[in-house]
Amino acid sequence: MTGFLTAFSGGLGQGAIYVLLALGFVIIYKSMKVVSFAQPAFMMAGAILVSYLTPRFGFWLAVVLGTLGIALVALAVERVAIRPMVGKAVFVIAIITIGVDIVVRVVAGAFVGTDPLLVGDPWGLDTVLIGDVQVQQRHIAALIAMVVVVVALMLFFRLSSTGLAMRAAALDQEAAMAQGVSVGAVFALSWALAGGLAALAGVFAAAGNPIDQTFWVVALAALPVIIVGGLDSLGGAVVAGLLVGVVEALVRAYHSDLFPNLSTNTGTLAPYVLMMVVLLVRPHGLFGTKEVERV
Amino acid sequence: MGIPVVLSVKNLEVVYDDVVLAARGVSLEVPDGKIVALLGANGSGKTTVLRALSGMLDIHEGSIRKGAVYLGDEDVSALSPTALAKRGVRHVLEGRRVFKELSVEENLRVGAHVARKDLKTNLARVYDLFPRLQERRSGQAGYLSGGEQQMLAIGRSMMSDPRFLLLDEPSLGLAPLVVAQIRDIIVEINAQGTGVLLVEQNATMALQIAHHGYVAETGRIVMDRPAAQLLADDDIREFYLGLGAEGDRTSYRDLKHYRRRKRWAS
Repeated sequence: MTGFLTAFSGGLGQGAIYVLLALGFVIIYKSMKVVSFAQPAFMMAGAILVSYLTPRFGFWLAVVLGTLGIALVALAVERVAIRPMVGKAVFVIAIITIGVDIVVRVVAGAFVGTDPLLVGDPWGLDTVLIGDVQVQQRHIAALIAMVVVVVALMLFFRLSSTGLAMRAAALDQEAAMAQGVSVGAVFALSWALAGGLAALAGVFAAAGNPIDQTFWVVALAALPVIIVGGLDSLGGAVVAGLLVGVVEALVRAYHSDLFPNLSTNTGTLAPYVLMMVVLLVRPHGLFGTKEVERV
Repeated sequence: MGIPVVLSVKNLEVVYDDVVLAARGVSLEVPDGKIVALLGANGSGKTTVLRALSGMLDIHEGSIRKGAVYLGDEDVSALSPTALAKRGVRHVLEGRRVFKELSVEENLRVGAHVARKDLKTNLARVYDLFPRLQERRSGQAGYLSGGEQQMLAIGRSMMSDPRFLLLDEPSLGLAPLVVAQIRDIIVEINAQGTGVLLVEQNATMALQIAHHGYVAETGRIVMDRPAAQLLADDDIREFYLGLGAEGDRTSYRDLKHYRRRKRWAS
């Protein structure tokens, strides 16, 4: 039982990272109807930027600055590479985001160097005893950060005029324009938000491990997450992120009992298997919004 | 409101996708505080004129080839919808286009996007105009009836206290009783000082309340008269209002030959 709970808590921590990443995907998808494949690169760039800032400013300030910095980078990328393509086929824009991903990853990767690069988080692999379960502090931190971010986003989209305008633009761009909402500003803001979220996810993904050139691979699991949750559902991203994290961690913990013939890769496989099962039952994902139709 | 301002287009030529000519030299004026009706059949370029006035041509791949849009003396042809909304020109799109998954009040708050400071005053004013919206303020907009959705669409635009309201077919698909309600609301809005450009296929309703009327056909303005004169015009009566020269209803049964719809321009 303790083993189960340890794996479970680790899954929640990892899931929180997926949630942060998936929220970025969903925010961009809602505003532009495009899946941005640049998120992994922003995550990696965020972690690397923070690891360079930490020695100078201390960890916490570095996280804030790094998140803002990557948000600005994402803003610039949107303005330079994506905005001129608005109106082109969605597929074209998606492919451009792959290009962006590669460029950002290569540039950021150049700063990795040969020494192990650490974000300088205060948690490392330390654990704290809850009941009789060893829970890693970094997982708790990731969960707390995720909850704070989700609540902040919820308030932003519900209460602020800008957030409401973003929701309106996601529902009907032309009608939003007729209200005086600048759709360009909505695109820019959604990219900035996604970039910031990815950077924050990067910090927690890098906590306790050195950053290497393949660090961005973590972000790939966010793809099954958004499909499981429903591409256009923020709530779905939260639930599916945690679900995928937990399923992955449990499979990883028990794979030797469950699949004795397979190697340790079953954990990596789990999110995709889960995605396929969910798609069979619910083609729009768990929380893909149903259109309101008056009968 | 200060000095009277006229919202106008002069000699407007609009092309979609660089090939489709939708407006060919349209000129019309909406004076401050008046109701102007723009009539015409499908494809006569009415909506195109509205889009030019509100800066919404761009997203439909439309562009102004000749002529210009003026707000007072200022050429506003190149302004964005946001800039025009800030200057008090608000476009109510055809087909209501409420944000179905947002609540009624959220829809109205989006409408106040360019006038955030006066949200409370405007909200009170709009609820005063549309008590029905206040009753359903927390309900999802997609579940409103067609008439209520049209009210919401108009109310949403009134949230920035516009100087000019451009209405694209507000009576579309509504029951006669509801059309009458919408008509009365337009009169009320106008009485409070907002100039209205009313694009309609329901000519009876539009000419009842308008001060001035234009008739558009295949991208041109073919008639430009005070509404009362249009109402009395034999051709208008026959082809837009469905009345015979004597004022009684005619039927195709009484005609020896089915005549094609009257065209002035060709």
